[in-house]
Amino acid sequence: MSRDRVRVVVTGLGVTTPLGGDVASTWSALLAGQSGVRTLTEDWIDLLPVKFAARAAVEPTDVLPKPESRRLDRAEQFAVIAAREAWRDAGTPKVAPDRLGVVVGSGIGGITTILAAYDVFKEKGWQRLSPFTVPMLMPNGSAGWIGIELGATAGVHATVSACATGAESIGYAMEMIRSGRADVVVAGGTEAAIHPLNLGSFAAMRAMSTRNDEPHRASRPWDKDRDGFVLGEGAGIIVLESEAHALGRGARVYAEAAGVGYSGDAHHIAQPEPTGAGLRSAARRVLEDARLTGKDIRHVNAHATSTPAGDVVEALAIQDIIGDHPIVTATKSMTGHLLGGAGGIESVFTIKALYDRVVPATVNLDNLDDGVEVDIVRGEPRPLPSGQIAAINNSFGFGGHNVAVAFASI
Amino acid sequence: MAVTEQEILAGLGKIINEITGIPAVEVTPEKNFVDDLDIDSLSMVEIAVAAQDEFGVEIPDDQLKHLKTVKDVVNFIQN
Repeated sequence: MSRDRVRVVVTGLGVTTPLGGDVASTWSALLAGQSGVRTLTEDWIDLLPVKFAARAAVEPTDVLPKPESRRLDRAEQFAVIAAREAWRDAGTPKVAPDRLGVVVGSGIGGITTILAAYDVFKEKGWQRLSPFTVPMLMPNGSAGWIGIELGATAGVHATVSACATGAESIGYAMEMIRSGRADVVVAGGTEAAIHPLNLGSFAAMRAMSTRNDEPHRASRPWDKDRDGFVLGEGAGIIVLESEAHALGRGARVYAEAAGVGYSGDAHHIAQPEPTGAGLRSAARRVLEDARLTGKDIRHVNAHATSTPAGDVVEALAIQDIIGDHPIVTATKSMTGHLLGGAGGIESVFTIKALYDRVVPATVNLDNLDDGVEVDIVRGEPRPLPSGQIAAINNSFGFGGHNVAVAFASI
Repeated sequence: MAVTEQEILAGLGKIINEITGIPAVEVTPEKNFVDDLDIDSLSMVEIAVAAQDEFGVEIPDDQLKHLKTVKDVVNFIQN
């Protein structure tokens, strides 16, 4: 037997999402079943088959000072805003710089910066490119800026695994603390990809909903009439901490970050592996890593993006490995899909559900698809039982990345 | 009509405020960009490009590195 490992806990939460500019407003909107999806009004929308998305509820440039907004890509703006909230929420921990780390990734990085900068280059020449173009477009930029602001010298990292990015970042952060590299790590994911090129490219994959007449009804995980995902934007970031460090400073602890399970599909670059073998592996591994059994898991915040291919396979994997008892929800029905930000915000929602003992309902689930037998919350939010319970956030990404993160009540 | 030193200083203050957030009133002639105003080399490039637009004076890179204080830039633009 190996010696007991370092226990990791969550002490701070921060988000900016299509439902609100912080955790409190987002969480109350989720419990109220609100949708953050809206018709887009930009003139380029005429070029596209998809005419809606889930824009951030609060414009980041309304929150940040103008000089800061100028040098940050929109994805970095979201990340910095969510990280500041999480850090404040954790009580601005006093921690030695070389014991503090950052792991914040993005699925795509500063794509709107890249495209806008290329226009500037073509029209006006290289001399007119902002000297901040490179730090704005690099996908590790958010991690870098947060690391500078907090003075984190233990290590600043950015995982990139498409829509699994946020969850993978949190897993990596847990491992940094367990391995003794850091006492406190700020971790999560961010994305700002609502741009005609991305909407067009995802539409070219036939991955997006085109329910243009009812955008708020478009994201409908597990519903028979789902026709694709809805693009969202924002960031979700949490503060992870060794239990000893958190207790030593008398921090409020939301949950234990109990474990992480990873797997690779090794099947197709963008399609889910049809038997769900990779999803089952990730579920088995997260239970093993967290030293939990399926019975301990009372809630799953599913990846469920509202695409025809993925949702049912995930439900079957949950049922098979964890069981049909957990209360399952898909908050993407309200936030849309934040790609690299998804695992960040959905980990926050999973932790909030455990801490507040309530699970938001999945909206737009009018006709449950065939073969889905897990217990999905519909209609009203559902309470979670008291006592010692655990929950899982699933995040899967193009490339065949499967990540499941487990949190446990304290 | 030539711009006065005061006009250049005011214009520069506005540009620096826009780019860095430093209050324009703090942009006084004796201030060193790095030591006093904590402006990094990337922001200095932005300021130089904006100043070129504002005053119609090109500031070549090999000159820019010699412009250490606000007064250096004001003088460069005036001359």
